[in-house]
Amino acid sequence: MKLGSFWLWAAVIALLGAALTIFDLVPVNAFVYFAGYVVLQYVVLATAWNIMGGYMGYVNFGTAGFFAVGAYTSVVLYNLFKAPLLVMIPVSGLVCALLGLAMGYLTLRLRGVFFAIATLALAIVLETLVINWDYVGGATGAYILRAREIAPFGDYIEFLFFVMLLLAIFAVGTARWIERSKAGRGFAAIRDDEEAAECAGVPTLRLKLLATTVSGFLMGVAGAPFVLYVGFIEPSSAFNLVYAVNSIAMPMIGGATTWLGPLIGALLLGTVQQVATVTISSELNLLIVGALLIFFVIAAPEGIVGLVRKWRRTGNDR
Amino acid sequence: MTDDDGTRGVLLDARSVTKRFGGFTALDGVSLQVRTGERFGMIGPNGSGKTTMINCISGTLSNESGEIRFKGETLDGHKPHERTRLGIARSFQIPKPFRSMTVLENLVIPLEYATDTAPADIAGRGMAILETIGLADRAGENSGKLTQIDMRKLELARAMATEPELLISDEAMAGLSSAEVDDILDILFRLNEDGITIIMIEHIMRAVMRFSERIVVLDAGRKIAEGGPDDIVNDPEVERAYLGE
Repeated sequence: MKLGSFWLWAAVIALLGAALTIFDLVPVNAFVYFAGYVVLQYVVLATAWNIMGGYMGYVNFGTAGFFAVGAYTSVVLYNLFKAPLLVMIPVSGLVCALLGLAMGYLTLRLRGVFFAIATLALAIVLETLVINWDYVGGATGAYILRAREIAPFGDYIEFLFFVMLLLAIFAVGTARWIERSKAGRGFAAIRDDEEAAECAGVPTLRLKLLATTVSGFLMGVAGAPFVLYVGFIEPSSAFNLVYAVNSIAMPMIGGATTWLGPLIGALLLGTVQQVATVTISSELNLLIVGALLIFFVIAAPEGIVGLVRKWRRTGNDR
Repeated sequence: MTDDDGTRGVLLDARSVTKRFGGFTALDGVSLQVRTGERFGMIGPNGSGKTTMINCISGTLSNESGEIRFKGETLDGHKPHERTRLGIARSFQIPKPFRSMTVLENLVIPLEYATDTAPADIAGRGMAILETIGLADRAGENSGKLTQIDMRKLELARAMATEPELLISDEAMAGLSSAEVDDILDILFRLNEDGITIIMIEHIMRAVMRFSERIVVLDAGRKIAEGGPDDIVNDPEVERAYLGE
């Protein structure tokens, strides 16, 4: 087994990221960092969603809620004591992990579409709370003034890009580790048949709470730097349904049962969206998502990863 | 059967178990005792409460009143997965394989979660169980694509992988051909010889009568008869329940 090769690749990618952002080995247009940040942010969100949705079969429509709570936790921390980003990230993660745990307790008795509706409702409730909370700017939003430059990265966006790259590696690594663990096999059993899993000795409630907690943590972590990225945050942008839709569509397109799926889906769809925003129109994003989703649901219900596996299998069977 | 009464202890002891679904009483004060090593049959017309009883024993439903004790300890408050660990396994009437997994992987789940098998021994132990059940040559196949008979066998194999003391087989033979029924019966006899207590719920009379040392008959949520196969066949109450007045 190639046990070490994943982390070897991860280290190489992290070093490449460092080489680009710190040492400016190749001159890169700042826009690439702006766009790349968004793509990597989706890698984290899609991977986080997939831990519940793909591994365990519980479709969470509340990604935007977790993302926004992560972002607004940063606002609170900034308002409190001008917290640095490296404090914001773990605290936002923990807050969202607790939120995930609470959501699990409240909603995991529900299955299928009822669970999905409950998570969507949760996001709406949270948005309403934030809109009415003046401390974080309420409906008008909040500004955070970030430094123009930060050592040793130079431009602040390069720093944010590098941080999100590390978070993406962390998220994918976590998902991959879970997938191959005893817990991951338990998740798959729950997805296939919850009652049979429970009767086979799987503590289904505990595992489901573990999944909502880990998934929540990663979503919160993805949201933490958002306010520094945009500089201005308001509820309708942070709670945007696009986050929920994308983090469902990306694993579906990539292949939801493995860590590779959301990674491929997010890189592909995220990049296409960024390119389309610049070259065609920013309104086109969701149309692209919709069209691709329809195509994949029909042509490759198990996503790109499933498609490749099928090709390989038919190739080997001869 | 009488000569065994003194030597065998009671493994499962259900005392006046009652379960209601809204206004409908699915189980009405049912008591039964299963002794260690026994082959115990449970029969009754459709809707008589057999599967509800199993669900109360395995913990997927909780009974409103009455108590179920296993090895002398109450099962009240124990979740299904805890009961599995205590030694109660069940198969499902409609097979519920873990469809994304191979046949062998289906057994890895209970071996990992319900037993203390060392990680290095899990694959070997799983294969040994498949060997006993007669599924060894299907180990690498996708469990969702098995034939009906193989799915029933997988249900039993997965239950066996929890290393149970009590195995509850819920209509493992429904819809199978006569030869396939004998196949499953053989497996159950063999497991029993290895010391596993078995509760068989079945509609196929030939199988239950051949298999069971003792039989309980349920009708409309009540126990209407209990005894050896011969007593049950000649019981007028049972005849009435099945054939009407």
